Amino acid sequence: MGAEFVALSLPPMLIGTLAALACALPGNFLVLRRQSLVGDAISHVVLTGIVVAFLITGQIAAWPMMLGAAAAAVVAVTLIEVIQRLGRVDAGAAMGVTFTAMFAFGVLLLEQSDTSGVHLDVEHALYGNLESLIWLDAVGWSSLLDPAALAGLPHELTRMAIVFALTLAFILVLWRPLVLSTFDEDYARALGVPVRALGLGLVIVAAITAVAAFDAVGSIIVIAMFICPPAAARLMTNSLVHQVLWSLAFATLSALLGYILAGYGPLWVGLPNTVSAAGMIASVSGLILAICAVAAPRRRG
Amino acid sequence: MSPVELVARNDLYTDGGTAQSPLEIREMTVSYGDQPVVYSVDMTVRPGAMTAIIGPNGAGKSTLLKAALGIVPALSGRVAVFGRPLENARHKIAYVPQRASVDWDFPTRVSDVVMMGLFGQLGLMGRVRGLHQERVYTSLARVGMQAFADRQIGQLSGGQQQRVFLARALAQGADLYLLDEPFAGVDAATERAIINVLHALRDEGKTVVAVHHDLSTVRSYFDDVFLINRRKMGAGPIDQAFTVPALQATYGGRLAEGQVAQLALDAG
Repeated sequence: MGAEFVALSLPPMLIGTLAALACALPGNFLVLRRQSLVGDAISHVVLTGIVVAFLITGQIAAWPMMLGAAAAAVVAVTLIEVIQRLGRVDAGAAMGVTFTAMFAFGVLLLEQSDTSGVHLDVEHALYGNLESLIWLDAVGWSSLLDPAALAGLPHELTRMAIVFALTLAFILVLWRPLVLSTFDEDYARALGVPVRALGLGLVIVAAITAVAAFDAVGSIIVIAMFICPPAAARLMTNSLVHQVLWSLAFATLSALLGYILAGYGPLWVGLPNTVSAAGMIASVSGLILAICAVAAPRRRG
Repeated sequence: MSPVELVARNDLYTDGGTAQSPLEIREMTVSYGDQPVVYSVDMTVRPGAMTAIIGPNGAGKSTLLKAALGIVPALSGRVAVFGRPLENARHKIAYVPQRASVDWDFPTRVSDVVMMGLFGQLGLMGRVRGLHQERVYTSLARVGMQAFADRQIGQLSGGQQQRVFLARALAQGADLYLLDEPFAGVDAATERAIINVLHALRDEGKTVVAVHHDLSTVRSYFDDVFLINRRKMGAGPIDQAFTVPALQATYGGRLAEGQVAQLALDAG
């Protein structure tokens, strides 16, 4: 039991949790800045980035694709800013225009180019491959102390842990100016806070998080975790610090409960097959939001 | 850099002369789209005085303040704060934005908002000490809001919100206070409280500039007046600049007959 759990369930549960945490953290600020759709936008443009990376390198490998996706995300985020400033339209409209246009461009590229022979799987993009991120070198809990076995951990785990640490550092170090410019942009500018650079930094951090999480767990979790845990946490408290802590708790709960329910839930109700962990994790986070909307202390309306 | 520009800079940035203007604006032009909102405006604020910026709706009053602080970009113009470039003197300025410019549903408490005024001193990671908390508390006490320190900002009335914004500015300990319509939509008690604080600041030698709407209180609240309708329409001490002809020129036909008669009466 121990050996099987450590090898098959522990890595995906950890990766799912780290991805959920890394998305929920900047999601708190995105929701307060009414930029929740940034996660959605980035998840769409990632396709374009991956196709372009394939066309340039001619191979399907993790790093070129990650870089391509990250570049596309940065281009999208910059485009959104530019359209907003030059076109004087609101953030939602600028995001809508950018991500549909870039997504469509990605689809055209995919059709016109020589990639038709290559298997770029839509299902993989949506749901990721959480269940396949297993740790073959593990023989039990003792493997956690065995350097040789640890070296065989899925790359996604290390990558997601690094990205989460980066996101955490960004939020912790820049907490004061982030809060200041989110609450009162004009006042922050008057104090000399580089508001625009800070806003751009936040979406770029979100983009890096989204791309790393997208690769590990698919875009469904990314989109859900940017919005659901922070929005549910917002309904729990009137303190921003507590809101962030609640959102991290909800993200963890969604990832763990979602993974377990996906793996064992169908068996408990007598169904023969398991369901997608990514889909179940996203569903649990949505359910938490729904419960908070009905029963949380701060619910409105 | 051309010699012409050097001369122009030198006459604006005086560096250490006596009786420097706390805020000097030269040839400021701001436009939204292709419509100029503020056109080639010069302004020299008198130190230790309370100046009202008045003019009709859409005359560019708030925009002039925001452009002076670099909150909105100016097409052209230069700004000196106590004889120094703006970027070297931001710590001397406390700005009080319009109350309606922020989301009061933001998850934070009154004391947290006032603490934002200490960002200049605390920086990114500076630890909040007893003296900072003391400063927040005394700033709130000056506007009569000390009992509200732990309240959610969403629970405040309009007048209370305005007082919290003023307390945040007080916490900065600045020398120049720039307020954007501090009396808009506040109750009478708040208006009195705010004007008392502003007069106290002036009496301490601080300089106060406020965008103001109510012409009937200009004479009793302020020392100087700055009239603007996209262009500068007049400026100076109330006795000289706040005249019926100047107001009619600034407001055009938009000033009601009764208002003009009343102001003429006050002046007489």
